[in-house]
Amino acid sequence: MLELDDIQHFLFLRQPALAARYEFLTFQQPAAGRAWLAGMIDEVGTAASARAASSDDRWVSLAFTWSGLRALGVEEAALATFPEEFRQGMAARASILGATGTNHPDHWVGGLTTPALHGIAVLFARDVAERERARQAHARFLSQIGGVDVLSGLDLEAISQHEPREHFGYLDRRSEVVIKGTGEPPAHGWGPPVEAGEFFLGYPDESGARPALPQPEILSKNGSYLAYMMLQEHVGVFREFLRQHGRTREEQEMVAAKLMGRWRSGAPLVLSPHHDDPALGADLARANDFDYGTMDPHGYACPIGAHIRRMNPRDTAENLQRRRMIRRGGTYGPALPEDAPDDGVDRGVAAFLGCASLVRQFEFAMNVWVNDPSFQGLGNERDPIIGTQDGTFDMTIQGRAIRRKITGLPAFTTLRAGAYFFLPGIRALRWLASGNRTIT
Amino acid sequence: MAKDDDWTKPRALAIPKEGYFTLEPGRYGPVFPRTPACYGFTIIAKTKPGTEEEIRSYGKKLEKAVEDDPHVLAPLQLHYLRWVLFDIGSDTYFMYQGIFDTDFDKYVEDAVALFNRTGINTIFEKLEGFPEDWRTNVPAFVQFMREHHHPSFLEYGEYPYVTAIEIKKALEVKKAFSDMIDKIQ
Repeated sequence: MLELDDIQHFLFLRQPALAARYEFLTFQQPAAGRAWLAGMIDEVGTAASARAASSDDRWVSLAFTWSGLRALGVEEAALATFPEEFRQGMAARASILGATGTNHPDHWVGGLTTPALHGIAVLFARDVAERERARQAHARFLSQIGGVDVLSGLDLEAISQHEPREHFGYLDRRSEVVIKGTGEPPAHGWGPPVEAGEFFLGYPDESGARPALPQPEILSKNGSYLAYMMLQEHVGVFREFLRQHGRTREEQEMVAAKLMGRWRSGAPLVLSPHHDDPALGADLARANDFDYGTMDPHGYACPIGAHIRRMNPRDTAENLQRRRMIRRGGTYGPALPEDAPDDGVDRGVAAFLGCASLVRQFEFAMNVWVNDPSFQGLGNERDPIIGTQDGTFDMTIQGRAIRRKITGLPAFTTLRAGAYFFLPGIRALRWLASGNRTIT
Repeated sequence: MAKDDDWTKPRALAIPKEGYFTLEPGRYGPVFPRTPACYGFTIIAKTKPGTEEEIRSYGKKLEKAVEDDPHVLAPLQLHYLRWVLFDIGSDTYFMYQGIFDTDFDKYVEDAVALFNRTGINTIFEKLEGFPEDWRTNVPAFVQFMREHHHPSFLEYGEYPYVTAIEIKKALEVKKAFSDMIDKIQ
């Protein structure tokens, strides 16, 4: 039975937030960090409260790096029981993730590569005004307690008030994960419900086992790992690429759809290979009711290397249930108006991937699906949207009878920052805040 | 190396003693290189006393499993597997050599999932030091594999760097052309 009153709401249920503020924090002394935490805990929603009908305008989540747990006073013996990849942090795992060239941690912003990054407060808000109020309230609280500094912050807001779109113009959040045991009905085409242990520590996972927990249990039970990625989107480069590879607007939209695997409306190419179908894209049940192995085995509709086919290979991947992740986040930076020249402003998506194993889920996806040039028999390709691109990789658009090969794909995105966090349960937050390490 | 796609030119590659050219971290340890003979490993370990017949009978069991479902091992993206038993003094040793198209870490994870799904017990259970909780402890399984892997010092490919998928596609094309020519005679 899931302890919904102890799990942070963050991964459990997506809230109707249109804005957010990420505050990356450093604790000067353990006491300061604990004081900050003690003052913040009551702001954190639980899975149980998120599920209940709520008129809340904001939702707070708190997570910590490994050095952040140490900075709060967790003993070395306990710290050593966390998995190696979390102890090392994302920057140290850059080569595994394919974060090379301009994506390398040497170029990351916000001070996220240093051990001084201890924690993050995610302040989601219903709108920008509420986000600003929450940011100011947090700033006042920090000035009251002292000893906790903001390393950097990031403001996010939806670029469309009515639907979740990212800066390239694709409708987002087309596919979600259904967690077993939550009572949520399985959504059509979203795959079988996934065991809770794939996302929350202390529960059986898809192997049927209950993996060993980092110690003490009160710290780790009901917790999750978060991989944070700030991905800059080069909208001008993307639009110019479409213009270069499509003579008409229709051809350009087709190229855009082939890169993503969906039309910008969210309609999947497997179900609508020749033209967009906005009604289909808007219908989440129908828009996910497809597979690749039987419906499009050769990639004639959705290219083998398209973004959605790599990130969720459905029936063409082994062991898929053990790779699922829950994505949260949003867009930062202003939308670039259609037909406007690139203004050089930083814009993109800043997202968290939640899971129970950073190696088995997040790192696998980045390593094997996103950046492996030989993914599913391809020869020299990486994910066209989020893969590490340096102009030397290709994109094959399979076709009947002649395929189209685009060589020297430019980078449409750049990883600007990243970090691994642990998202504790509510009891764990109280335990961390108390400083009383004898609680069992 | 991965971009070397000239399959017409046989290639040989000498490999350093440690098994890799530069220390490149993978998810569970250093990444071993793709060679002209593709990815692969050689596991050598001592068997538990008195298990030789059981190990040999595993050969029949796997033969039957592949007969029942020729694609049962497809997730591993294999070219070839070889199992060998040999004696050193009074001890019996086991050698398992696999040639495949995915990197080492992915192979091991997929193998554990495959064994779990199909119920085929890995014969590694008869090897000394193999973790009893391998079904639920992938890191321990990976660690055993890494500790008992003996890197090649030389690998050769007559048609270098070609994947199993490419070979099968080429044979399908050959068959399709043959069928077509037969039909227009």
